[in-house]
Amino acid sequence: MSEHHKETFITKYIFSQDHKMIAKQFLITGMLMAVIGMIMSALFRLQLANPGQSFAILEMLLGKWAPGGVLDPSMYLALVTMHGTILVFWVLTAGLSGTFANLLIPLQIGARDMASGFLNMLSYWFFFLATIVLLWSLFVETGPASAGWTIYPPLSALPQAIPGSGMGMTLWLISIALFVVGGLLGSLNYVVTILNLRTKGMSMQRLPLTIWAILLTAILVVLSFPVLLSAALLLIMDRSFGTSFYLSDIIINGEVLHNVGGSPILFEHLFWFLGHPEVYIILLPALGLVSEIIAVNSRKPIFGYKAMVGALIAIAFLSFIVWGHHMFMTGMNPFLGSVFTFTTLLIAIPSAIKVFNYLATLWKGNIRFTPAMLFAIALVSTFITGGLTGLILGDSALDINVHDTYFVVGHFHIVMGLSAIFGMFAGVYHWFPRMYGRMMNKNFGYIHFWGTFISAYGVFFPMHFLGLAGLPRRYYTNSAFPMFDGLADINSVITFFALSGAVFQLIFLFNFFYSIFKGTKSVQNPWRSNTLEWTAPIERMHGNWPGEIPHVYRWPYDYSKPGADEDFVPQTEPLKEGEQEH
Amino acid sequence: MINILIAIVVFLIIVTLVQTLRVSELLSEINNTDVNEITDEDNNTQGKLYLVVGFLFLGFVIWQMVYWNHFLLPPASSVHGEIIDGLMSFTMNLILVAFFILSLLLFYYAFKYRGKKTNTAYFYSHNNKLEIMWTIIPTIVLSGVIVYGLQTWNKAMNPDTSNSKVIEVYSKQFDWTARYSGDDNTLGKANYKLVQGRNQLGVDLSDESAQDDIVVREVHLVKDEPVLLKFRSQDVIHSAYLPHFRVQMNCVPGMTTQFAFIPTKTTIEMRETEGEDFDYILLCNKICGVAHYNMQMKFVVETKEEHDIWLAQQKTLKNTLTLK
Repeated sequence: MSEHHKETFITKYIFSQDHKMIAKQFLITGMLMAVIGMIMSALFRLQLANPGQSFAILEMLLGKWAPGGVLDPSMYLALVTMHGTILVFWVLTAGLSGTFANLLIPLQIGARDMASGFLNMLSYWFFFLATIVLLWSLFVETGPASAGWTIYPPLSALPQAIPGSGMGMTLWLISIALFVVGGLLGSLNYVVTILNLRTKGMSMQRLPLTIWAILLTAILVVLSFPVLLSAALLLIMDRSFGTSFYLSDIIINGEVLHNVGGSPILFEHLFWFLGHPEVYIILLPALGLVSEIIAVNSRKPIFGYKAMVGALIAIAFLSFIVWGHHMFMTGMNPFLGSVFTFTTLLIAIPSAIKVFNYLATLWKGNIRFTPAMLFAIALVSTFITGGLTGLILGDSALDINVHDTYFVVGHFHIVMGLSAIFGMFAGVYHWFPRMYGRMMNKNFGYIHFWGTFISAYGVFFPMHFLGLAGLPRRYYTNSAFPMFDGLADINSVITFFALSGAVFQLIFLFNFFYSIFKGTKSVQNPWRSNTLEWTAPIERMHGNWPGEIPHVYRWPYDYSKPGADEDFVPQTEPLKEGEQEH
Repeated sequence: MINILIAIVVFLIIVTLVQTLRVSELLSEINNTDVNEITDEDNNTQGKLYLVVGFLFLGFVIWQMVYWNHFLLPPASSVHGEIIDGLMSFTMNLILVAFFILSLLLFYYAFKYRGKKTNTAYFYSHNNKLEIMWTIIPTIVLSGVIVYGLQTWNKAMNPDTSNSKVIEVYSKQFDWTARYSGDDNTLGKANYKLVQGRNQLGVDLSDESAQDDIVVREVHLVKDEPVLLKFRSQDVIHSAYLPHFRVQMNCVPGMTTQFAFIPTKTTIEMRETEGEDFDYILLCNKICGVAHYNMQMKFVVETKEEHDIWLAQQKTLKNTLTLK
């Protein structure tokens, strides 16, 4: 198919319909946004640890938003909001899923490309437009959106309530609407491709766990993102066309508003109906990537494949009926709170199964510590650490006192932020040879990992203590309350690790871009892996395989199988006579 | 000048990185090895590092628990808060045990099973008995957590409020106001359209039960007497957070929310353990605008006698606002 059409620069690198190129576009855009989001967090961490102190760099970067080098409180909220928005949606949703769903679906299931290359291209370009609009919002006069990434109205609906709810919020909403369209186009395509374009022999029971995780993620996106879109549209109506979906009985700046009958709680329900599945939209692909990486590098089959798939399905299903645990303190009926506590705590069961199965996979393995494997094990660690505190936050009675405190910030950064970003790093190190035909430098990978792992826990673990001391999140400074005076030391520790963590990411960026052009050439199957992507030629070609697509005869986890010649048996290898599948 | 220096330093760091990479690549070329191949030596170093850093992390956790423990909130000063504290320490102990066991296993396995070219992994794809066991055990433990949690939740959220003193807590950017319901223990009706001049809470002054209402900027509670707080908001969502009482409830424009509790320790009693400058504080715990970080109101818990003296000094609405 592909040999006959000519590729120009534009069709190859810009409006490409090749899934491998689109994956790279998502990855590079995601990395760019990650750098911006990280710089934002470094800026506000700097001020949090040193309240009132002047920093030349703040004034240099933020201008009028940091007069005299001291961060303006409204800019602080804007930075927190944009950091959250960028990391949750741009980096860990589009950057993570967009990259690895695009790269791995066709290659691992044995397809020439996505079901619709054109939709796939559109999905990236909608995302790109959303990125442009979001970045534009950083430069408007009243500043970017600043009502928190959850943009609860009325704060987000009324420009009088906070400067960021002016033009910045309008652009935020337009940007998110574009983002949702892109996400839906991509995800529909992923689901259709996985269900319809598997090569001969690739039954659902032989799918790598990466693909299972991506499939469930895509289903979550398709079912939940439209709800965010409608919530955003109603908010746009309230903001610009005088409706009252979310507004009622409000006086702001002495002005009595006409809005009657709406409810901000309605917005919270709609938002979290997306928002909670979103957590798993971020986490599941990371778990999928890491399942593959841990098996390959332990040289062992993933333990309990069926239970792993079952746990993924259970988590995906439960994620739709737990959104109320973000709203225990909204005044909802206590009985409803009980129901959400029950469903929320149930998620611990499939999560525990996954942790035990990862541990069992490592047990008696022959572990090869690639940088990807280091990050994969770190994901299991953060999944344990952060997952367990979920038992406190998901329990409505305990949530009364830790709701919206730094305990929550610590919890979700560890269980969702760190786990997903570690999964993403693991994925980049592992599949870099598949993307660029070259290897990333191993030693720089090691330094990057240890610096990141130590810094990450140094930043987020102490936050639990801030939360248990009663410190609310999104406070510009905690110097307004004498009861928090003692916490300054903890804040300094956190900021120290945050800045050191940022420095280690420079090593990664350097390694990544250096290796694209100068890295040592990769061999066909550098990790001695079973999955199909390593049978495709290293040279990028449209259609993935010259000639026929390989057939599949076994599951992807025949590592160190007794009786085999080597410690791996690719999926394309037919079963020997008398060999059991597993 | 400083910017030029920074630029030079960054440039030098990049040059150093490139050169380090080139040197390691050239070295491996000379030795005819692949610079990025994972050797047994790598596995050995990284496996050991995982154990060491893992232990350092767990040590750091213990260090924090010891040295930062005094930052944590003191024991609850309310009846339901004590029950919540009980659930909290039960859950916390449970997750700490699970955390230490699972983390230790993870770091130990990473170290113990670090690979060697000559070793072979053990082909072990599943074990139904084992998997059923580690599904059932968490299920049983969780059932306990859920039942205990729901019982606590129901006790905290559904108290008997027939004898509670009703006080309204009113929020707006960026301060709090309170309204006592007076002798009739009934709050006068209020409507946001009536907010005007000195009638900051929009109380309907034609309502009979509004006459004895008292508006204050500081809340005084009586020790061991139940109180029912009713929350309203004028503009955006705020959240009334009283960490020492284990009380939190959102204040939502357009609706009234509530939280009932019984304070158990006076401010003076608390000062004996928490220091001379201790005060109960109401904080805003839902992002509400630029000065969100400084939206507070003092709460005082005192004896009945002290409280009556204080209350007698406050003026009722009838006396402060001109009635029609």
